[in-house]
Amino acid sequence: MAGYLATNNLSASFGGGVQAIENITVEIPANKVTAIIGPSGCGKSTFLRCLNRMHELVPGAKASGEVVWDGRNIYASGMDATEVRRGIGMVFQKPNPFPLMSIEDNVSAGLRLASGRIGKAKIAEVVERSLKLAALWDEVKNKLHKPGGSLSGGQQQRLCIARALAVQPDVILMDEPCSALDPASTQKIEDTIDKLKKNYTIVIVTHNMQQAARVSDFTGFMLSKEMGEPGRMIEYGPTNKIFTMPERKETENYITGRFG
Amino acid sequence: MEPKRRGTAAALKGTLISDLKSLVRGIGLQGANPLRRRLGDSIFTALVFLAAFTVIILMAMMVYELVRQSLPSIEQFGLGFLISRNWDPINNIYGGLPYIYGTVVSSLLALLMSVPLSLGIAIFLSQFAPRWLRSPLGILVDLLAAIPSVVYGLWGIFVLAPFLDKTVEPFLIKYLGGIPIFAGPAFGVGLFAASVVLAIMITPTISAISREAMLNVSRDQKEAAQALGATPWETVRMSVLPLARPGIVGAIILGLGRALGETMAVTMLIGNVRQLNTSIFAPAYSIASVIATEFAEVTEGPHMAALIEMALILLFITLLLNLLARLLVQKTGSRAARIKGRS
Amino acid sequence: MSEGLRIQREEEYEAVEQTPRLAPPLTKPEVPPHESAVEGTDVEISRDSELIGHSAGRRRSRNFRSKLALTLCALSTVIVMVPLALILFYIVYQGAGALNLSFFTSLPKPVGESGGGMGNAIVGSLILIGIAAVIGVPFGVLAGTQLAEYRNPRLSWVVRLMSDILSGVPSIIVGIFVYTLLVLTFKQFSAIAGGVALGILMLPTIARTTEDMLRMVPDTLREASLALGIPRWRTITSIMIKTAGGGIVTGIMLATARVAGETAPLLFTALGSRTWPTGLDKPIASLPVQIYTYAIAPFDAWHKQAWAGSLVLVLIVLLLSIGSKIFFGRKMKRAN
Repeated sequence: MAGYLATNNLSASFGGGVQAIENITVEIPANKVTAIIGPSGCGKSTFLRCLNRMHELVPGAKASGEVVWDGRNIYASGMDATEVRRGIGMVFQKPNPFPLMSIEDNVSAGLRLASGRIGKAKIAEVVERSLKLAALWDEVKNKLHKPGGSLSGGQQQRLCIARALAVQPDVILMDEPCSALDPASTQKIEDTIDKLKKNYTIVIVTHNMQQAARVSDFTGFMLSKEMGEPGRMIEYGPTNKIFTMPERKETENYITGRFG
Repeated sequence: MEPKRRGTAAALKGTLISDLKSLVRGIGLQGANPLRRRLGDSIFTALVFLAAFTVIILMAMMVYELVRQSLPSIEQFGLGFLISRNWDPINNIYGGLPYIYGTVVSSLLALLMSVPLSLGIAIFLSQFAPRWLRSPLGILVDLLAAIPSVVYGLWGIFVLAPFLDKTVEPFLIKYLGGIPIFAGPAFGVGLFAASVVLAIMITPTISAISREAMLNVSRDQKEAAQALGATPWETVRMSVLPLARPGIVGAIILGLGRALGETMAVTMLIGNVRQLNTSIFAPAYSIASVIATEFAEVTEGPHMAALIEMALILLFITLLLNLLARLLVQKTGSRAARIKGRS
Repeated sequence: MSEGLRIQREEEYEAVEQTPRLAPPLTKPEVPPHESAVEGTDVEISRDSELIGHSAGRRRSRNFRSKLALTLCALSTVIVMVPLALILFYIVYQGAGALNLSFFTSLPKPVGESGGGMGNAIVGSLILIGIAAVIGVPFGVLAGTQLAEYRNPRLSWVVRLMSDILSGVPSIIVGIFVYTLLVLTFKQFSAIAGGVALGILMLPTIARTTEDMLRMVPDTLREASLALGIPRWRTITSIMIKTAGGGIVTGIMLATARVAGETAPLLFTALGSRTWPTGLDKPIASLPVQIYTYAIAPFDAWHKQAWAGSLVLVLIVLLLSIGSKIFFGRKMKRAN
């Protein structure tokens, strides 16, 4: 199945030999929402960015191990990083639409790169469908030519989701997508996630445990022993189980707030 | 720029609090009597404001002096000065068209050659080059800006012009000679040689300021494109160039301003022949070079007024360009312009 | 961990503590339905195979174009190194041959006589730079101080703009300005006039670097000093300017490097001379003007001298500008 991801001994480091994550082996089921939680600095964002080879774009950063997507290791030598990123989309902590491009062009930007010559009608269709999936269509359908930077923060984030959807990915990675947003916008995004999981595999990093509990089917808990130590996946399983009967003491401490 | 500044500030703070304490103890700064201390403050403030006003007054005086000195010429020739090609010191009839033409054409040709190169350098040094290579390469490009204009002129006369004369120009004339601007014969020294040297001289300016503008594009914005599967070049086109555009345009305008006002290298290479010739290989003249060659020989009268009017025109154009460029560069938040924008 | 994060976490803990062991509620909280919650349900959520069906060929061509662009960018960097290398090579190659001790100690010889040097021009350049510094440094540093330390937005805006504009004025125009101001008035080309022209050219660079450097000094230092009862002017001179001193010196060195090679503004202010300097009110030789005179003259012996002069001039300029960068870099490193 295309949306299935698995990592095998995934480790990652930054320049200067700072190890960020170490030996993470998990299976991320298709068409489910998987949340990654953990205290800040535990490497959860790095882990996420390793899943579509965004991590290596940071100067000096390296990743080792395997990430299997659609039966292939994305770090294998023949793999094209840009194709990996096309198939495994990403939504960032801070909404980052192309500020000068129109809303319409923002959504179709990736599509136009990847698919060469496609008709205007087809583009318009994909734009509309993506914006509807991201629950933004009604708010912007009359101003598709306005620049993406003119929207509110919550709308911008949904625009970014629409933009990620338009390139027809299998997986969408979300790096704390709501941390910069107000509760109402957060709600809309969580609704969107809920709706999307029928057809997309979603991995979401969040510092908000309640959000993880609300939106995810599976949860991974990451922790680094000390500041500067690499983060490890302490426990990984169905959200229900992680939040009610965690197997590891560290998980329980974190979940119940008796941490550190 | 920003992180460096912050690092510097933090570093300064660490070492200097101790300095501060020793200063207070050592000089007994606190002990000054109130009168002396108020006097000290007043004098210092007066000096500081005097210096600040000097900058304003200098600019105002410069415009005033040039207008005053060129008034005879302005009154006598009016706007016709700009379109007349007569320059006759014996009969005291002056028109500046050949100089304006030479200045504008040589500068635009220089831009044509320099802009693609400069943007290539800026993109390479801000986006593609390995980290360890960026700073040394940047310093090397900046070295071009440190070489004095007169040295470019010397090199131009004895190395570049003969080379252009014997190889580049015959080649262009052979294959493109049908087009009037590439018509022969080859001269070596002429508009083309001046433009090539100008292009070399303005490349560090344009590339440094554009590079700064490109570095100001946040990682967020690049990641937006990268996460959609954009290739490195597509990322530059989608994220970097649109956001850096005002800074890049500002850099190009600053480069143009520098080319227009450049004197020595042009004077030594443009040929200093007062003519309007469609061929870019032909010798020509420029505003700055006519001032450089004729000004020392005249002491007063209409000839001097006419030369100063040429200077006034040049001043006016460069002022406008600089204002425009600063506005644009400020828009992208680049701080490099004012450090590197000088000729 | 920052204060903000900690507070946020504590809020989470409180919420959790109300239901000990069983952390946050797993059932979705009741949410009032809103428009977007139902929107999109009618949309067919399926990937469009036609759209992802972009061929390996297209991917290859995109990657190829990216590599091509990268190569062209790298190539332009290489291309620009060619004239740099050539210029430096010729200056050294042609200049070193004509360079000897007497070049630094003798006067130029008349045409036809061999030997001679640019001793007077080197001394003249030093004098001119000295005069320029005497004018440019105090005015520049004080103007920069006004910009950084005296918050007077409207005035600062004008001063900043004017100094930016001044820094873009072609140097030959500054030469004409000083000519009308000093040479015409005193009916005399002079070292002073040349020095003033160079000083004006130094001023904006020094003012703006001084401003930048002063702004880097943490506010706490200024406040601490004022709080100790140190008068403002002493705070600025003894503490602020001393703290920012390294950076300001760098700015001065850069400004000096730039005017050291200036030729155009000297052509009709300092003029030139074939003798040793005789007084500040007299015309004076300078290295750049001498190079220019020799370069455009039709004598081979003079061309040799021009190359040698260029080598000396470029060495001075490069030492000043590279030196200032290293000086500044080292200072930063030590401070860290």
